[in-house]
Amino acid sequence: MRVNGTEQTLAQPTTLAQFLAQQGYRVERIVVERNGEIVPKAAYASVQLCDSDVIEIVSFMGGG
Amino acid sequence: MQSLQQDPLILGGKTFHSRFILGSGKFSLQLVRDVMTYGKCEMATIALRRANADSPENILDFLPEHLTLLPNTSGARNAEEAIRIAHLSRELGCGDFIKIEVIPDTKYLLPDNGETIRATEILANEGFHVLPYMYPDLICARHLVDAGAAAIMPLGAPIGSNKGLRTKDFIRILIDEIDLPIIVDAGIGTPSQACEAMEMGAAAVMANTAIATSDHCAMMAHAFRLAIEAGRAAYLAKLGRVLDNDAEASSPLTGFLQD
Amino acid sequence: MRKIYDPIEFQPGMKTIDSNLFDRVLDARNRNNPASYTTADAQNALQKETLSYEDFAALLSPAAEPLLEPMAQRAKAEREKNFGNNVLLFTPLYLSNFCENQCVYCGFNCQNPITRYRLNTAEMEAEMEAIAKTGMREILLLTGESRSASDPEYIAEAVRIARKYFSTIGLEVYPMNVDEYRMLCESGADFVTVFQETYDLERYKELHLAGTKRCFPYRVCAQERALMGGMRGVGFGVLLGLADFRRDMFAAGVHAAILQKKYPHAEIALSFPRLRPYKNHAEANPHDVHETQLLQMMLACRIFLPFASFTISTRERADFRDHVLPLAATKISAGVNVGIGGHKDQSAQKGDAQFEISDPRSLAEIHDAIIAQGMQPVYTDYINTNA
Repeated sequence: MRVNGTEQTLAQPTTLAQFLAQQGYRVERIVVERNGEIVPKAAYASVQLCDSDVIEIVSFMGGG
Repeated sequence: MQSLQQDPLILGGKTFHSRFILGSGKFSLQLVRDVMTYGKCEMATIALRRANADSPENILDFLPEHLTLLPNTSGARNAEEAIRIAHLSRELGCGDFIKIEVIPDTKYLLPDNGETIRATEILANEGFHVLPYMYPDLICARHLVDAGAAAIMPLGAPIGSNKGLRTKDFIRILIDEIDLPIIVDAGIGTPSQACEAMEMGAAAVMANTAIATSDHCAMMAHAFRLAIEAGRAAYLAKLGRVLDNDAEASSPLTGFLQD
Repeated sequence: MRKIYDPIEFQPGMKTIDSNLFDRVLDARNRNNPASYTTADAQNALQKETLSYEDFAALLSPAAEPLLEPMAQRAKAEREKNFGNNVLLFTPLYLSNFCENQCVYCGFNCQNPITRYRLNTAEMEAEMEAIAKTGMREILLLTGESRSASDPEYIAEAVRIARKYFSTIGLEVYPMNVDEYRMLCESGADFVTVFQETYDLERYKELHLAGTKRCFPYRVCAQERALMGGMRGVGFGVLLGLADFRRDMFAAGVHAAILQKKYPHAEIALSFPRLRPYKNHAEANPHDVHETQLLQMMLACRIFLPFASFTISTRERADFRDHVLPLAATKISAGVNVGIGGHKDQSAQKGDAQFEISDPRSLAEIHDAIIAQGMQPVYTDYINTNA
């Protein structure tokens, strides 16, 4: 699986919600794009990640 | 002074009393709140980047709560990328404002007006309040109006250059001809330049680098706020007459009249 | 007895368009009060790079009269910036003097016992050929306002013939619907001029007793319909002296400015016909438009609308016309015959004229007068892609 440009391997079946919690992301401050589609926050717990997924996790930062 | 108090700036149906839009880039998170407070800002731009799981601090935790956020599409090189960034930004739940920035040039960082018009039309149709950053071109500005922009943000000089109102004559044309707020963005390096833009009728000024590169950011934000208010008041008060001494008639042009 | 319509009411066949133009122009005119401006207001206006409606009103006001010389200097500079030394020449050709309107000030008034005539196709062509032979390349086709004597197809036929001889074709005919303007544009017409005469509704009602011209709002929206029909440019004018000429000039200028902003590609033209004050008139009438006031109107408009083309009428004497060319006017008619027929053979004029002209000079004489002033006569100022 590719997350923000780096390869990651999943040891066991994981939902998106579990993955974000393991990594320490603050869910209310991020938005997740899976294979080019925005994942609604309500669907995080039901999305099962797989090895072919391309995940982008973005958040706001300072910018002019 | 009633007219000053009754002089709100309306953007996307929302009322603002500040005409100073501050970019939140290039500041430490601890500084950004002070800068916004001293600048009395009501709107600030922010950018979208890949999130870092290791640093839980987020800029949204540091910005004053009353601030309206204006996410930009920095990093977009064409309309599609700008649209994607806009969609991601809206998902973060900070409202429908979006500043379109489409920059396909890494040397001068100049915007692509054509792609900006395209992105503006699509996003405005989706209900965004679109504030497009553009090279000050009248014809493109008219296309942006037709595309549904909420305001027009022409550049004063290249981004980050602090060179001031190099495009003054062209921005003046936009102010005269376009019935949307004209917000001067990019290149404003000093409070006097911000004041000059407001005096000639700009609706607001957006700045970032000029404040972020000063030795005392909060004090500079304060200075910008005062300059923008001064320029706005001067614009509303209408500038007085400058005596023009070289306009005396050398040979009368109207001596031929017979009544 | 034909029906007399209310002037605000559309008559059968007149189509409306979706536009707030009429309300905007009339609202601006109604709020305008020339007496409310001071000379200082006008001085301030003269200092500005772009003038607001208020600034324009100040320059048109009586208080600006003492500033005629500095206004002339500013106007001259604006004219030079936008048009250089160019002076565009054109000739009007009256196709028909039949008219269905009853306008109390006009020679074509349908109740006036004048000789009526309309040129047939062969006569039109003969007239155009004679005009083209003088070197003229722009023609203005005019008719009296009669749909029955000069219907749109008759005008289109004249336009198609004119295309053979001229590079630019203007029309000064009765107001029409968008589809009719489109048909004329496709036939080869470039410009449409409609004089509103006055923007004062009450006065308009008193002056236009009957006929389609009595409809005030349909006339105000004619230029916009012409642009919607694809015309390259439109012309505006008021007959100065019919009502408060300063307010009328203000309304015409604002009307032009609003349409230019809405249709930025449109070429905008203004004309400045006036009713001459009666000679030896004992009392000074505030509505009288003397040369001083006429010049003030032209200068204020030049400063407010620096990009617009201004025509100076043959109603004015030759010396006045020559002098306003470097200051404000950009377009002048030459070789004018305001009767019907007579370009080919002066003695063969078949219909009477609308008004008397004061500058009967030939094209060659006007050409030379322009050169004598150091200006440049121009016969065609763009490559026409509408051909």
